[in-house]
Amino acid sequence: MDTLHIASRTFSSRLLVGTGKYKDFQQTREAIDASGAQIVTVAIRRTNIGQNAGEPSLLDFLPPEEFTYLPNTAGCYSAEEAIRTLRLARELLDGHNLVKLEVLGDPNTLYPNVVETVKAAEILVKDGFDVMVYTSDDPIIAKQLEEIGCCAVMPLASLIGSGMGILNPWNLQIIIENAKVPVLVDAGVGTASDAAIAMELGCAGILMNTAIAGAQNPVLMASAMKKAVEAGREAYLAGRMAKKLYSASPSSPTSGLITGK
Amino acid sequence: MIQLTINGKTREFSQTQLTVADLVTQLGLTGKRLAIECNGEIVPRSTFGEVQLHTGDKLEIVGAVGGG
Repeated sequence: MDTLHIASRTFSSRLLVGTGKYKDFQQTREAIDASGAQIVTVAIRRTNIGQNAGEPSLLDFLPPEEFTYLPNTAGCYSAEEAIRTLRLARELLDGHNLVKLEVLGDPNTLYPNVVETVKAAEILVKDGFDVMVYTSDDPIIAKQLEEIGCCAVMPLASLIGSGMGILNPWNLQIIIENAKVPVLVDAGVGTASDAAIAMELGCAGILMNTAIAGAQNPVLMASAMKKAVEAGREAYLAGRMAKKLYSASPSSPTSGLITGK
Repeated sequence: MIQLTINGKTREFSQTQLTVADLVTQLGLTGKRLAIECNGEIVPRSTFGEVQLHTGDKLEIVGAVGGG
């Protein structure tokens, strides 16, 4: 069976999904079920104190026993903030050490600050974390993050939440060809065809949130994404036909036509 | 009296002695899945009952929320 290996863990689904921006927890759960995702990202935030002690939490709808949680460092702009956040996450999730590192550089573009990302990755890997790292589509940085010991490299397809799709397939391909760890596209996917194209390029998986949560019908889009990731993966494994520029090749027999001579 | 900064806000507690476990109870967070940092250091859940808080301590109390 074709499975995704990240650090010492094995997954049958290659679609990883975020849990933000849904209408409510019920819709979050339904979309994640439709996506077939086994890994779900969560953010770490200050607990509301003195407000509604009985109010439901995300964990009630997505029990950690059922899913692999991937705590992220969304909103962190320095290595130090990201490291503190993930140490809190590890404590919160009883020692769970698989994390998504992202260090942002700018609040408008949410473009990664790769200098701080590299710094944080070095410390986190030494501290025993299995680091899946969000980065730009710079092949040199991607390779450096792998060499530091990150267990997966996750370049953007386009800006977080933009739905612009894959803007630089060539860079993604260079990253994939050079990598010995799984390369996952993280951010920028807008619709199912984007996901299929990323998988056809040879990505090991895709992480997305807004493409599903921001669709008119998130649960239906989650199902579409599941199929697109599977279809793209199978097409990649199957090996596409060679492109023949300016030269057609008929699919039907050229002999035996009723007008034949 | 003990004065603490919790999640960026100053709070006062009338006790003279306060452990992290006492604080969790007092804030109505018992049974919630959370992680606590005191002055930049993680406080392991297993030590909540032993760690004494002091005036001026800065605490971060966090949980998991939806995110991408």
